[in-house]
Amino acid sequence: MTIRNALTAGVVGLLVLSLPAWSDAYHLNITSQILIFGIFATGLNVLVGYAGLVSLGHASLFGFAAYVLAISLEHGASHLAAILISIGLTALCTGLFAVLSLRSRGITFIMITLALGQLLWGLAYRWVSFTHGDNGVRLDSRPSPFGLSLEAASEFYFLTLLVFLLATLAVLAFRNSAFGAVLVGTRDQPRRMTALGYDVWSIRFFSFLFSGLLSAVAGILFAYLHYFVDPHSLALTSSAEALLMVISGGAGTVLGPLAGAGLVVIMKNVASGYIERWNFALGLIFVLIVVFMPEGLVPGTRRLLRKIRQNWGGAIFHRGVEVPQWPH
Amino acid sequence: MNFWIVLAVNSLTLGGVLFMLSAGFSLIFGLMRIPNLMHGSLFMLGAYVGASLASGFGINFWLAALVSALITALLGVLIEETVLRRLAGAEQAQVLVTLGISFMIADLCLMVWSGDPISVSAPDVLRGATRYFGMAFSNFRLGVIFIALTVAAALWLLIERTRIGAMIRAGVDDPQMARAMGIPVSRIFTGIFFLGAALAGFGGFIASPILSVYPGLDTDMLPLALVVVILGGAGSLLGSLIGSFIVGIIYNFGQALFPELAYFILFAPMVAILVLRPQGLFGKPTA
Repeated sequence: MTIRNALTAGVVGLLVLSLPAWSDAYHLNITSQILIFGIFATGLNVLVGYAGLVSLGHASLFGFAAYVLAISLEHGASHLAAILISIGLTALCTGLFAVLSLRSRGITFIMITLALGQLLWGLAYRWVSFTHGDNGVRLDSRPSPFGLSLEAASEFYFLTLLVFLLATLAVLAFRNSAFGAVLVGTRDQPRRMTALGYDVWSIRFFSFLFSGLLSAVAGILFAYLHYFVDPHSLALTSSAEALLMVISGGAGTVLGPLAGAGLVVIMKNVASGYIERWNFALGLIFVLIVVFMPEGLVPGTRRLLRKIRQNWGGAIFHRGVEVPQWPH
Repeated sequence: MNFWIVLAVNSLTLGGVLFMLSAGFSLIFGLMRIPNLMHGSLFMLGAYVGASLASGFGINFWLAALVSALITALLGVLIEETVLRRLAGAEQAQVLVTLGISFMIADLCLMVWSGDPISVSAPDVLRGATRYFGMAFSNFRLGVIFIALTVAAALWLLIERTRIGAMIRAGVDDPQMARAMGIPVSRIFTGIFFLGAALAGFGGFIASPILSVYPGLDTDMLPLALVVVILGGAGSLLGSLIGSFIVGIIYNFGQALFPELAYFILFAPMVAILVLRPQGLFGKPTA
């Protein structure tokens, strides 16, 4: 690590840790939301970025975990039991999703995950006697592990920060492990990986499970943050937003999902106060990123800047247009 | 008894509407391999434009339907030519782009037409009800079924009995071979997109006296079209027709008999088909 990197890390760390000292509850909650969606997008990125499998139903796993937690609490479970039940059932549900969807790749995979997501959304929305339908489910309190209260915005913020760091470290370790390398191999060259003796299906299955687990953790935090969960958190638009987070930040990068989560959450919560048509802006950003910067905002901006610099540098004869490639 | 017959007529009406929506979706998906997730938005846009023309400007219902079909068709072609063509073959990018555009269309509709639902009155010819076997049937609902069947017949003639139809079929079966044989596949793609978008807009307005027009109509309809196409098989006209009526029946009977599980009952067959028979009931298996 160079001195510059260490300095940057120090400044960011100081800012993040001191945030509760100079920020109010509203902005702390927004930051917690960014971190929670950062965890969720990091989980989705395992699938989209490393495994090359685009899921358009991931918000349903996130929402499923939140619902299981809220409904368990409603029926008298303790916080610890509810969290364990939620993680266990979401893992089971993710496994089912994986078994059903991993028979295919590409567009069929997208369609199956979309259909599965709609299935869970339909249950949350219409199974009124169990889920309260559109009214959603309320939570009474947050847990207090080891006697530490989490009710205040700053206390919950530190919890989400801790969980986010743990999740990021887990994904970093995952990516740098042999398994992570093999997974990227199945993304780029599934046939060769099969020929080399790897069980591509199992590799994808466990990655899906890992991705679902991170989504479940994010969903649980989300329910506790708002003391509330409603069917919208499982809707197709939520799945699309999650995908936008991953792709805008840069699929396959470690901190890209957090940047994407920041972009979407800030657009939704902060910018919507100033721009009336934030949904339009969100769609437009989506289109522009996909068409012009499929590799994500940070690497994409860098590429465009490089291109401009090259063109100004007088390389007129070699002004080859660098077209971003989509995996076919 | 009465209850069941009313439910059956409603199912067939919804099936007819779904056919107009999903026939284009199916052709675009089957021929061009473009999962056009803005198809529901074109449906809603057609409904809004038609409602403005018919209610706001007092234009004849059928003329309004044609004009809104033309407008959505031109918008569809514009997007196909400027954006989707750049992403040919990259299905994931197309999914994301059409989803992004659907967000934009939805927000624009909200801006122009506000959030209040707009109700559209049925055309004069089809007002009122007719009595058959001692029961009253809404003329308009029967009319929608008739229109949908007419559209289906016309599409069938176009695809099965004309030279252009033969080219389309060749394109669905083997686009590379079709190109090699000198079939102008790109121009046919644009034509298909025009037709599909026009049908979506037309269907949206024709359905508006029944469904009314409201924000969220797009996301209500798109998943239904998706179910239809996956059940029936992409690119299959017969599949779209039968799939539409199946979904119409499942949706209406599900809503009436098991309201709490209505969506589950609707999407479960789609998942089953995707897993067991990915090409759909009437689709051809792809290599």
